[in-house]
Amino acid sequence: MPSSSLKRTSLYASGASVVNMIQAGFYNQDCQVYDLEDSVPPADKDAARFLVCNMVRRHRPKDKHVQIRVNGIYSRYFNEDLEASVRARPDALRIPKVEAAGEVREIDGKISAIEKAAGMEEGGVKLWCTLESHIGVLNAKEIAEASPRVEALILGAEDFTASMRSRRTKEGWEIFFARNAILMACRAAGVDAIDALFSDVNDVEGLKIDARMTKTLGFDGKTAIHPRQVDIINAAFTPTQREINHALRVLDAIEEGERLNKGAVSLDGSMIDKPIVIRAQNVIAMARAAGIRIGGDS
Amino acid sequence: MIVNSAGRKIPEILNGRALKPYMGPFSVVPADVPVRSKRRLTLLRPGESKRRASLKDAVRAVGLEDGMTISFHHSFREGDMIIGQVLTVIRELGIKRLRFAPSAVINIRNPSIVDFVRDGTIDRIEASGIRGQLGDAVIDGLMDNPVILRPHGARPMAIETGELEIDVAFIGASSADEYGNATGLTGPNACGALGYSFIDARCAGRVVVITDCLVDYPCVPASISQQDVDFVVVVDQIGDSEKIGKGAARVTKNPRDLLIAESAAQFIAHSGLFADGYSFQTGAGAISIACTNYLADLTEEKGIQASFSLGGSTSAIVEMFQRGLIRTIQCSQCFDSVAARAMTSNPNIVECDNSVYANIFGKGNMVNQLTFGILGALEVDVDFNVNILTGSSGEMMGGLGGGPDVAAGAQVPIVTLPIVRGRTPSVVKSVFTLCTPGETVAAVVTEAGTALNPKHKTYPLLKENLEKSRLKLVSIEELQRVAERLLGVPKPMPCTDKIVTLVEYRDGTVIDVIRQIKRR
Repeated sequence: MPSSSLKRTSLYASGASVVNMIQAGFYNQDCQVYDLEDSVPPADKDAARFLVCNMVRRHRPKDKHVQIRVNGIYSRYFNEDLEASVRARPDALRIPKVEAAGEVREIDGKISAIEKAAGMEEGGVKLWCTLESHIGVLNAKEIAEASPRVEALILGAEDFTASMRSRRTKEGWEIFFARNAILMACRAAGVDAIDALFSDVNDVEGLKIDARMTKTLGFDGKTAIHPRQVDIINAAFTPTQREINHALRVLDAIEEGERLNKGAVSLDGSMIDKPIVIRAQNVIAMARAAGIRIGGDS
Repeated sequence: MIVNSAGRKIPEILNGRALKPYMGPFSVVPADVPVRSKRRLTLLRPGESKRRASLKDAVRAVGLEDGMTISFHHSFREGDMIIGQVLTVIRELGIKRLRFAPSAVINIRNPSIVDFVRDGTIDRIEASGIRGQLGDAVIDGLMDNPVILRPHGARPMAIETGELEIDVAFIGASSADEYGNATGLTGPNACGALGYSFIDARCAGRVVVITDCLVDYPCVPASISQQDVDFVVVVDQIGDSEKIGKGAARVTKNPRDLLIAESAAQFIAHSGLFADGYSFQTGAGAISIACTNYLADLTEEKGIQASFSLGGSTSAIVEMFQRGLIRTIQCSQCFDSVAARAMTSNPNIVECDNSVYANIFGKGNMVNQLTFGILGALEVDVDFNVNILTGSSGEMMGGLGGGPDVAAGAQVPIVTLPIVRGRTPSVVKSVFTLCTPGETVAAVVTEAGTALNPKHKTYPLLKENLEKSRLKLVSIEELQRVAERLLGVPKPMPCTDKIVTLVEYRDGTVIDVIRQIKRR
């Protein structure tokens, strides 16, 4: 059962399709993103905004982190999107094409005003900022630290590669630096890092390889473009039984060491240092959040 | 009116016919009498021919008269070109008031069956389902006599009890010889198994084989034997091979259907009955085919083999067989050409007589031997009753097929359906048309969770095993609440008092009726 504390997968549902929005609630993604931007044709923007906000207000999935992706900051829809979306009380807004900390601060101010006018607690609606250009990536740390509302940065690889004049490939070397730059910014600011989507829906093996890379680098999650990708990405982020067993042994060894007042603790002939302990704790926390019962858990 | 044991109001008499209300899945015991047949004794001397030059000559030769019953099989599906040709000839001969009794859903457009009803050629229809233009017209009150819909197993039962006596069976065959040995396996318009025609060939008064591919005597292999055939007619074309089923049936990419299919396969795998020698019927819908693929992988993973698959065969089932995961395919019809072709080269893919498949009074049928049955549905209600006939706007959408038979026979019958379709809930308080009684359904699998039927005999076993799995178990009431919370409660369909269709159960009792829809 997904929990809103996990951010492994984010799945888009188009605000232009009631059916898609209804169905999206039944998949296993941790984060549900209702989209007002790219998937909605200009003629349907008003209707989609109405539908999405009602969906979030009245039928939000209980066990998911609920987000609304608004239109671009400089689009003519942005202010209306913000006004309606904040009042729908999603967990977060996804802001596309963020390039500067100043933009985030301006949005923060606008949201605060809407929250105040609506009698909502200030700061409740968080921001997930998508960085989709070389400028955005270069400013990642400032953007991540621009407001306490910022909860995550996301790499938007398609537009990023266009801005870099690079060719988008499945191997992803063209976004390797951007991935790491965003990750470092997120770790410095203490926010989550969400990796770019893998666009070939039919390439299951390719997605598995890409998701492994995402996890290996250290991302907290990845965007899914199609429901069929959700379980594959979740699996990549969910610790295996072998990883859990090893983590438990590490933690047991540390506990035993503390009980015996040992200065240095080793396991299978290798020293257990602080990073190993942190990694083991993260594995157990991630497994528990994913609904895996550990040891004496009930 | 009387109320049957499923809670539906049934008239005691309709158009002079006394109706028997449904009283439970195995409540009717047949009279101890010989089976009925209209088969005639016939002398054919050496040198005499069964060939007739045209359909008109054959219709004259069989002595078709006003008020008689004619039958067809449905194995050419949407590509059928035989029914239209035969009915056109019958109309030209001025024969009226026929009972039209195909083996399943027929949806031919050009010419339309509706026209043959309107001009009086046909005045009664008995099938497993109707849809399209004919379905719309029937539910809007086209016919004076209500249509009788029966599940697959009830048709041979009705033929053998004399309820449905067939005067002339017209059997389309993709290859045949001049003496009437015939098959659906070879020829340019091959359709595969002819399992639905066996009973017609055995019991009809006269049998006409119609083909567009006359082969040298004897036709081998042959599904229909010369001993059952009176006349043979060669026509230009018996079907449109594009529509009969070309290539492998498409595997769905719809993520919702895949989710339901995977859940159904996981249900089977964790049921406690998934062991070497299990058997199954999955069907041909999008969810069914995807479920077969998932089931194949789970079977391989566990290192077991299914003893048999039953019913309609698909390329997915054939692939499972070729991977060594099924010992034998018992095939009553082929849903795609891969399934049809596979029958010609594998002795363990067996053409299955529809009567052997599901006839409740047939001395034990194959559905009784099934471990798992996957059933599709348009609607399910909180009593687990299934509607597979009528859609949300009062349109005829499908056929009973073998659903009621499989549900009654299989150890674990599983209904799969999305909780909502478009903007209509499909888990409802009470189904519009009751086709398969809830007491024969073990579980309903949806994208929003799986509901076990506490009244089904397998409930304790399934509950114990599935609670240990990662499947999301919910009550059927919860599924209904989720569907209604999302989409609200649709207004009830307004109907007149006129009964346009009788829905029979597999034992010949009436489980529900469909009334004429009142159009605004």
